[in-house]
Formats: sequence, C-alpha cells, structure tokens
Amino acid sequence: MSFTRRGVLGAALGGATVLASGYRPAFAQAAPIKVGILHSLSGTMAISETTLKDVMLMLIEQQNAKGGLLGRKLEAVVVDPASNWPLFAEKARELISKEKVSSVFGCWTSVSRKSVLPVFKELNNILFYPVQYEGEESERNVFYTGAAPNQQAIPAVDYLMSKDGGEAKRWVLAGTDYVYPRTTNKILEAYLISKGVAPADIMINYTPFGHSDWQTIVSDIKKFGSAGKKTAVVSTINGDANVPFYKELGNQGIKATDIPVVAFSVGEEELAGIDTKPLLGHLAAWNYFQSVKDPANEAFIKAWKAYKKSDKAVTNDPMEAHVIGFNMWVKAVEKVGTVDIDKVIDALPGITAPNLTGGVSTMLPNHHITKPVLIGEVRADGQFDVVWQTKGLVAGDAWTDHLPGSKDLEADWVTLKCGNYNTVLKKCG
Amino acid sequence: MSFLPALRALLLACALSFLALASAGAQGLDAAVERFKADSFSDTEAGIAGVAASGSPQGVAILEALLDRRLFAGAPGVFFRDKAGQGFNAATGSPATVPAEAGMVRLNNRLRNLVQAALGSMTLLSPDPAQRFRAAEAVFKSRDATALPAVEQALAKETVRNVRRVLEEARAAIILSTTTAPEADRIAAAQRIAEAGDNDAVAILRQFSAQSTGGLKAVIDQGITAIEQAQRIRAWVQTVWFGVSLGSVLLLAAIGLAITFGVMGVINMAHGEMVMIGAYVTFVVQELFRSHAPHLLDWSLPISIPLAFLTSGLVGIAIERGVIRFLYGRPLETLLATFGISLVLQQAIRTWFGPTNREVSAPSWMAGSFEFLGLQITYGRLWIVVFTLVVFAALLLILKATPLGLQMRAVTQNRRMASAMGIRTRFVDAMTFGLGSGIAGIAGVALSQIDNVSPNLGQGYIIDSFMVVVFGGVGNLWGTLVAAFTLGIANKILEPFAGAVLGKILILVLLILFIQKRPRGLFALKGRAVEQ
Amino acid sequence: MITMRLVKLMEGRGLIFLAILAALAVLVPVCNLLVPPGSAFHISNGTVVLLGKYLCYAMLAVALDLVWGYCGILSLGHGAFFALGGYAMGMYLMRQIGTRGVYGNPILPDFMVFLNYKELPITWWGFQHFPYAMLMVVLVPGILAFVFGWLTFRSRVTGVYLSIITQAMTYALWLSFFRNDMGFGGNNGLTDFKDILGYNVQAQSTRASLFVVTCIALMLTFIAARLIVASTYGKVLVAIRDAESRTRFIGYRVEHHKLLVWVVSAMMAGVAGALYVPQVGIINPSEFHPANSIEAVVWVAIGGRGTLVGAALGAVVVNYLKTIFTTGWLAAYWLFALGGLFVLVTLVMPKGIIGVWEDVKARLRERKAIAAGRAGAAAEGKP
Repeated sequence: MSFTRRGVLGAALGGATVLASGYRPAFAQAAPIKVGILHSLSGTMAISETTLKDVMLMLIEQQNAKGGLLGRKLEAVVVDPASNWPLFAEKARELISKEKVSSVFGCWTSVSRKSVLPVFKELNNILFYPVQYEGEESERNVFYTGAAPNQQAIPAVDYLMSKDGGEAKRWVLAGTDYVYPRTTNKILEAYLISKGVAPADIMINYTPFGHSDWQTIVSDIKKFGSAGKKTAVVSTINGDANVPFYKELGNQGIKATDIPVVAFSVGEEELAGIDTKPLLGHLAAWNYFQSVKDPANEAFIKAWKAYKKSDKAVTNDPMEAHVIGFNMWVKAVEKVGTVDIDKVIDALPGITAPNLTGGVSTMLPNHHITKPVLIGEVRADGQFDVVWQTKGLVAGDAWTDHLPGSKDLEADWVTLKCGNYNTVLKKCG
Repeated sequence: MSFLPALRALLLACALSFLALASAGAQGLDAAVERFKADSFSDTEAGIAGVAASGSPQGVAILEALLDRRLFAGAPGVFFRDKAGQGFNAATGSPATVPAEAGMVRLNNRLRNLVQAALGSMTLLSPDPAQRFRAAEAVFKSRDATALPAVEQALAKETVRNVRRVLEEARAAIILSTTTAPEADRIAAAQRIAEAGDNDAVAILRQFSAQSTGGLKAVIDQGITAIEQAQRIRAWVQTVWFGVSLGSVLLLAAIGLAITFGVMGVINMAHGEMVMIGAYVTFVVQELFRSHAPHLLDWSLPISIPLAFLTSGLVGIAIERGVIRFLYGRPLETLLATFGISLVLQQAIRTWFGPTNREVSAPSWMAGSFEFLGLQITYGRLWIVVFTLVVFAALLLILKATPLGLQMRAVTQNRRMASAMGIRTRFVDAMTFGLGSGIAGIAGVALSQIDNVSPNLGQGYIIDSFMVVVFGGVGNLWGTLVAAFTLGIANKILEPFAGAVLGKILILVLLILFIQKRPRGLFALKGRAVEQ
Repeated sequence: MITMRLVKLMEGRGLIFLAILAALAVLVPVCNLLVPPGSAFHISNGTVVLLGKYLCYAMLAVALDLVWGYCGILSLGHGAFFALGGYAMGMYLMRQIGTRGVYGNPILPDFMVFLNYKELPITWWGFQHFPYAMLMVVLVPGILAFVFGWLTFRSRVTGVYLSIITQAMTYALWLSFFRNDMGFGGNNGLTDFKDILGYNVQAQSTRASLFVVTCIALMLTFIAARLIVASTYGKVLVAIRDAESRTRFIGYRVEHHKLLVWVVSAMMAGVAGALYVPQVGIINPSEFHPANSIEAVVWVAIGGRGTLVGAALGAVVVNYLKTIFTTGWLAAYWLFALGGLFVLVTLVMPKGIIGVWEDVKARLRERKAIAAGRAGAAAEGKP
C-alpha cells in the first residue's frame, strides 16, 4: 500500500523549496515572475483542491526547466484559503498587492470565485478558474478554463436521448442545493421541455451538502423509473455526497443498464474513493478523461505520476483545465513580451493551446475556451471508457440560450469590451 | 441433454427470421465475430446478434466474455479469456494466446442490454439454477418474442420455485407485449404480471395501459391500481425501515459519545475524529489484506473491528491522560481543548493519508439486497442495524455486568466516595474514556461502508451525535437508543414531504423546542448528580 | 463627574484598550490615505481591510465574553447573530446595486433573476432604505435571541445543554440559508457590492471610513459592556454565573437578567456582522457554521474569559496568526498550530493572555514588595 504522505509532504517541501530557494545562475539577471496559487489545502474543499495546487507546482517546475518565461524564473506563491470564503478574498488581496503576482490560478467552488471577483476587479489581476461551473458570468479579469453548461450538461443529455444512450424519455435531475446544480437543472429542464419531454416526466431533487443518507431518494428514483419509460438520472451532486449516493445505488441494485446515472462532478479522483464494481456502466460527462489515448495526455500522466512519486496518482478534468490555462497564459505572456496585466488580458483571447485529448483549445473573446465533450463509462479500475464524444470542439457559452434572463446577453471582451452586452437593448449591462 | 441441439435449432430459426441474417452455423459465427474488429458500436451490435444466432457452442462464452470485458479483437483475430484467464480463439473455440495488439471490445449500456437479452435466451436451460434465474430475468426485461419457445421449454422442465416464478413472469411479459397474441392470453398475462406486484411489473403494465383498449386495458388498469395500493402501504413500512436504518447509524455514531459525554460529562468535540480513525483503520487493514492475502479480503472488515476499537481506544486514553484529566470539572474548557485536538487529528490524517477519499470496498456478504414483504432490504443496511444493536448490547453488558462497569458507574456517580472505597479513579477515568473512544472507532468501521472515508468524516456526525445524546438524556444509554431511532424515523417521515434539507431543519427546531419542555432530555437522571 | 466615573469604570487596561482604538482610528486612515505608498509609515489598503476584519471579530468576541465571561452562558451559536446582522447589511448593499447587476434588473438582485424570481420576496422589502436595514441589523438578531432566550432560560436549560442547543440553532440556520428557496442567495450568498450610502465600497476613502466606524463601534461596544458588568445588574450576572440557584433563592429573577444580557449581546454581534460584510465583500451561509462559533469562543478563551479586553485581544491575535499561517509553506501546518494553541491555552493558560499578564504583574509586584520588605527589614536591622 502506498500512502500519499510522502507525496503530500514532498509537495509541501517542494513548494517550500520553490519559495525559499535562491535564484539559479541562469535567471540571475531578473527578478522571478510570481504566480499565485489560490487553492484550499485544509477544510472541506482540500479534498478536491490540493491536487490542483500540486499540478500548478509541477507545471511551474516544468516551465522553469525549459528556461522559465521571458528569461525569468517562475516562482509559485502558495496560499491556503482554508475553504473559508472571506479568507479567499483576503488571500487574493495578499497575493496581488503584497506578493505582486502576475496571475493567479485558483478557486473551485462558485462562491469562492464570487468572493474573490471584486478583489480581482479592483486590483486588476488575472484569475484562471479551472472548474466546470454554472455560467452566467464573464468578467474581464477571469478566464474560465472549465466547462460552461453547454460544454457538459447539454451534450450529456443529448447523448442519453440518442439511440446509443438508450433513448431516455424520463429524467431525474438530482443535485446538491447550490447555484451550479440549480442553474444547470434549470437549463436542462428548459432544454428537455423544448425537446418534447413532458414536465411530469422530469423529477428534480435537491439535497444538502455532504448528504449521507440516500435511502429515500434512491428508492424514489427507483419508483420514478418504473413508469414504463426509459429513465435516466442527471446528477449534479457535489463531491462528498457522491460516495454514499453511489454506494446506495449499488446496494439497491440500480444498474446502469436499467437507469443510467450521468454525473457532472464525478471524476477519476472521486472514483478513487469508491468501490466501483457496482457502478459499472454509469456515466460521467467531462472534457477530459485520464483514459484518453493521446501522446500529450500520456506524457502528462507520466510526468504527474513521477511528480507525485506514486503510480496510483490519477489525473482529472480540472487538472487538464489548469494545464491548458497555464499554457495559454505562458503563450500570451510570450506574445506580448511582458507580464503587464492589461496587455496579457488583451492578448489572451485568440491564444490556442493543445488540450490533452488531441485537440487544440482556443481562448474565446468571452474568456471561455473551446473544449471537446466526452461521455465516459465507469470501469472497474476507477477509470472511464469514452463511449461518445462531440465531433469537434464546443465553444463555451457564458450566457445560456435556454433561460429567459440570459438569452439576450452576450460576452465579448475583444470588440464589445463587455461581459454582459444586451443584444436587444444594444447596450452593456 | 439431447434436447439442447433441438432447442438451439429452434432458437436459431427464430433468430434468423427476426434478425434476417444471411448466413448461419459456423460460417455465421465467423462472420459475426469478424464484426467485433471494427470497434464501432453498430458493428458490435451486429456481432452480438450474429453470435446469438450462430448457435455455436462457444457463443455463450463469447458473449459472457464480452460482458465481462474479456473479449479482444484486432487484426490477428478475435479472442476471449475465460474467468481463469485462459485465452481462446473466438471463431474456432480452440485455446490460444491473446495477442497484445488485440484491443478490448467496448460496450455501452444499450449493447449491454442486448448482450444480456441474448445471453438470457441462450442460457435458459443452463444446469446452474442461478444462471437460469438470471436468464429468466433478462428475458423478462427484454421481452424478446423470439425467446418465447425457449421459455416454454424451460418452464416445462423447471423445478426450482424461484426460477419458475420468474420464468412465468417472463412468459407473461412476452405474451403481453405481443400485440398479435389472442386477447384472452394477454389478459391472463396481465393478471400474472399484476400478481408479481413489484416496480418492474408496474412498469410493464403502465407501458401497455396506454396502448391497449377494452377488456385488456381494464385488467391492466386494475392491476396497476392494486399494485399502487399495495405500494402505498409498503411505502410506510419502507419509511419506517429507512428510519430504523438511519437511526442505527445515528446510534452508532452517538453511542461512544453517550459514554464520554453522557457518563463522564466530557464534551468531547474530538469524538467525530475517533470515528474517523476507526474508518481509516478499516482502510489500512483492507489494504494490508489486499496486498498480502487477497483471498481473505471479505474478512478484513470483521478483523478491523477489534483493531479499530484498540486504535481509537488508545488514542482516546492518550487524550484523556494528556489533556482531559487536567480539565475535570471544567466541562466548557474540555470542549475547547478537544476541539483543538479534533483539528490536529484531522490535519494529521490529511497529511498522512492525503486529503482525498479512500476506498473501502464492501465485502461480498454485505453487497446486494433481498426482498422481504415486498421491501427491498439491502444487506449492508441490515448488517449495520444488527451490528449496532450488538454493540449496544455489549456496551450495556460491560457497564452493568463487569467490575470495570461497576467502577465506572461508581466514579461518575460519586468520585470521592468511590475513591474512598479503593477504586483507582484515574485509571477508571482513562478506561472509561478509552471505552467511549474505542466504540466510536467501531462506529467508524461500519460508517466506512456507507460514507466517505476522508479526513472530514467525523465532522459530519459530531453535531448529530450531540443532538442524539442530549435528546435522549445525558447519562442514559437507553435514552440514547430511543433518541437515535426516534430522530431517524422522524427524519425519514418528514423527508418525503419537506425534502431532505427542510426535514432536517424541522427536526432541529423540534429538538430545540423539546429541550425547553424537558431540559434534561427524554430520560433524565434523577437525584443529586443532576444539580452539578 | 460623569467622565471621571467612566474613567474609573474602565479600569486601567480598559483605558489602554480604548486609547489604542482611538489611536488606530486616527492613525490608520492617515497613514493609509495621506502618507504616500513607499514611505515606511504607509499602511497598505490590504492591511486596512484586514485590521477592519479583526476588529469586527473583536466586537463579536466582546459580545460573547459578556454572556460567557460574566453570565456563564456558553453560546456555541453566536456566529448566527453575527451572520444575521451581516445578512441584513448584505441585503441593503444588494439593493444598492440597482441596475448595475449583470442582468440590469432594477429591483431583483442577480441571483433572483437567474432563479426566475418574478418579484422581490417579502423578506427583502424595505432593505433599500439604510435606516430600515440598520434597524434590522440589531432587530433580527435581537428578536431571535429574545425568542430563543425567553424559551430557554424560562425552562432553566443551562450548562452544556444550553451550549448544545445554541449549536443546534446555528446549525439549523446554516442549513436554512444554504437553501436557495429561502431567497438569500444560497451557498453563494450575497456579494459583488457596489455602494454604501452612495459611496463606492471599493474606494479607499470608504474603506478608511468603515474602519473608523468599526473602531468607534468597538469602543462603544466595549464601554457599554463595561458599564453593564460594573453596574449592580452586572454583579447579579456574576452571581448567576457562580451560583445560579442561590441567586434565584435570594429573590432575583434569574431568567430576566439572563435574557437581557443575552439579547444585548446578540445585538452587539449583529452590529459586528453588519460592519464585517462591507469590508470583506461577501456574506454566505458558512458564517453560520457551528465551527465558526466555536472558534469565536476560542478567541475569548485565549484572550482571557471575563475580561472583555482579553476577548478582543484574543480575536485579533488568533486571526493575525491565521493570516500568517495560511501563506506559503506554513499553510500545511495551520490546523496543527490552531489546534495546538487551543489545547495549550486551556491547559497552560486557563485565564488566557490577560491572565498570564496579570500573573506576571502580580509576581513582579510581589517580588518588589518582598524586596522592599527586605530593604525595610535591612534598614530596620541597622542600629
């Protein structure tokens, strides 16, 4: 057995040495470029965010091995916002005004992003946000490298409605009660109804964070699925609550061949904590899977395992988002030849960077990126088999077309210079 | 076994007419197997149909291998491994080594259903009753008309009651879905399905209710109403069962606290972390088994129980000796100190094992479910209820029937007097705290089966545990038992109406109001100790 | 006369505390706004926000110390009053955004537009008016505290039972505010504020003003708390803390005394929360989390329970340590440090920082007295 103690300590020490080490001769001429890493290392979100910090440290180390950026060394500044939202804002301020970082990679939950937004706007810096989220936002200082709803939820539902997906006619939308599931389910409900699904065939259910007793809900799903129509579950259940949910599904004998569950928040990391045998065939929709056969991906996995000094280390979608985001930032900085915030922000739209699934992602004027959408099936070893994927890359849409409030809005930071341009009123905001 | 070829021929004939395949026999298998090489779902689908129709002796083995991810296809041919790992050539059935360049043939859920249906009609006459049962269930689900003759044949022979029941249901399902069948047969079939009375049955009936007319529709609708009525009654029983099951989890989490907080009066905020340590012990034991004795993996859970008890108990004793003993008589300060300890323990586990969840798999005897009075009862939950009650009984026994228990009660009731009687009160304190912590560790073993094994595990239970102990009445184990089951059942009764979140909020508000009415819980201790 | 009495009431360290706050209220804005950046005396914008946050926590700690230190009510739910005050302020700030939200809706905040609210829920009415919002800042926590306290104290729920049900209260509120159906923004809470009383909340002058207001509010809270504990009423509170039954038998209406101080303390916590929100820029249900309330109790314990000044000091010290310990390589050890601190303080310094300070002072005085005595004895011994 291999505990990751060494990994974690190693990472911590690695971070420490990156911070503490003096300059190497090659970089002697200029001060290092500082990059902020704003991920919780303690508290409830540490479970997801710690690996993202490690990925960033690895990417920075790799970049330094390649000779740094603009002939200067990169230096990671790690802070721990401890899953505490006001602390996120405090730490963001510290990174920008005290440490004078040139960009920040961080946040996981929407609330943490919302908490730091005013700080980034006020102090004018760049945030790369790597997690799939509910959309309905486009800010000049934020670059969203995770999926918008149209890059995850809608293709997943399309797949389940297709012949290969089992032609689902009845839908359970189950989620944790917070903004991302609420919005995603609103969008999906509108979308399903537009596809001719009767409202009676849609069941929506919300549970609190960390919900652990799923008996009633799973048995309700089972009952809902016995209406003689093919039923599918779309799960936006968050992190910790997934393990007991899947355990209960397995216990109550809901098989993927009867009622498939497609999840938007369950990736390789989450599966590592579950006995996957009863889950075979259940689905997840992401823009990246570790199992994708691609040379870039294989190189990345190899580097990651070496960095973590563990053969069991897994990669996941938000990690890929950080890889893309970091490479885009590096390219943009190289293009303008400076880390000046305004210049980099202006240079970023249009920058391309290869993603790890064989395509090339582009930063769009709305600060979202193009991504492929992949549907994966849970395998016994905790990985996913890709069973379906979009033909090309899907462009991230900040404002969904399926909700009345946002369908007239458009984000364009290149020509319109506006994150919420109203196409009906022809004005910004 | 002489009827087998005949049956195969019959099946083949049906399949041929249904699937309209051009070739048959051995060539059929060759051609069908070829399709697996294409690595596209539509080709695989044709391959499955072809293998099912070929009547080849290794057809079942091929499809089973496909389902279990043991079928490989590539330029050199198509191969499969049996369960023991021995390779075969799929086309010829002869042993062969699987070449490295052959990739696994992938499935999706739709194809998996097709494979199961095909396997179902092919294995209806298998000598193994369990396989026949699965086959009959698969046919019931697929309602494939071509399987009807095979079902009839199997029914004629079947002696095992369970299998017979499912076969009859499968036949009824096929007849009901054959629109060309005589009305009288379909009515009888609908009645037979309505008798089954479960979710699957009502699903089929609902499906055909809309498409049928006249007498048939009346029978179907009658069946649906009857099942729904039965289900409504069953739903109540089920709610109570879910409540008992939730209550047992609450009891398990709280019972250790009933000792440390209830009996000793120590507000132990690190109680949740004792539970967490127990869960991590389970994980470590399981990993050790996995690497050293994989065949005994199912036993790792029972073996974890004493180890978790010892580990958490020792940590508890260390905490008592190191910190809490200096704070007796200052309950609010122990709260702060133990809160600090809980933070340290959490972070220690996070540094040591990493922040992510750890996998603890369910032993095979805890997986799955069975039907009882029409209720789906999962083995995992049942074991937890049983386990909780056993732990409770054992604890009661320790407190009431052992010298240590006697001393514990003596010390908590009157420390000075106990000391004067020659009881080593400090030793008893440490043991009591160790006992409470150890039981929390045992709870961790059970909770690892239904919840995340992560550094945050304990946090999710600490507040609920306190509520249970306070509601039940501090210092009364029976109170804790009643409180846990009351809260569990109340929660589950409220959940369908109010939703999971609002239900929990309502319970908390009711609890606060209840404490106003009975400030010392359901079963308050009487006597002078109360005033302290 | 009155000032003299006040000065006397403040005791020595209270005066020092007030003097420090007054100095901060003057120096911080001056060093922030007038001293140019780059000067050694310049205080950065970030530091002003941080200091403001610490002082809000200090106010919460003083409020908590009032009930715990002087009346023996250990509240594990004071964070709830703090958060309610914060929400009241947050709602006012949300209404000030007006058409500047992303959807440009003049009445509904963004999250309501996005969750298809058609009109403003009744709970939000009136919050566009500053005086109404400020009234709610004290009234909502006050009413909750009154109802809760009236029920609880009347039925003589005390000690750990009381602590646990205060925890249940904040836990229930925590769960409620997470619900999006409550109409308070769910998990995301209220954020992206623009104006307060027409001034941009992000402007440095507004921040400095908020800081000054916080200093003054803390001073007033402290003086009020001091007046309470030094009065006859305060003496009864201490009597209740030390022997509740005896106080009751003497003839005091214990429940009434407890209820009054409980409600006052909740209102103080509400004001602290209201000042906290515009400075940190977000209010979300996590403020209701039971662990936050426990942490506040720990500030009081670390600073010194029953000293008021100590409570404020504890809040500032612990939060300053948190700031230091969550950056760089120390981040991995933050919880070890915090947890270790709790254990150490309860074991080694049961009276907190102030207690240690008093001990040291007493020992010095003793030593001096002994020395003086010796000197005197020596002098006497001389012929």
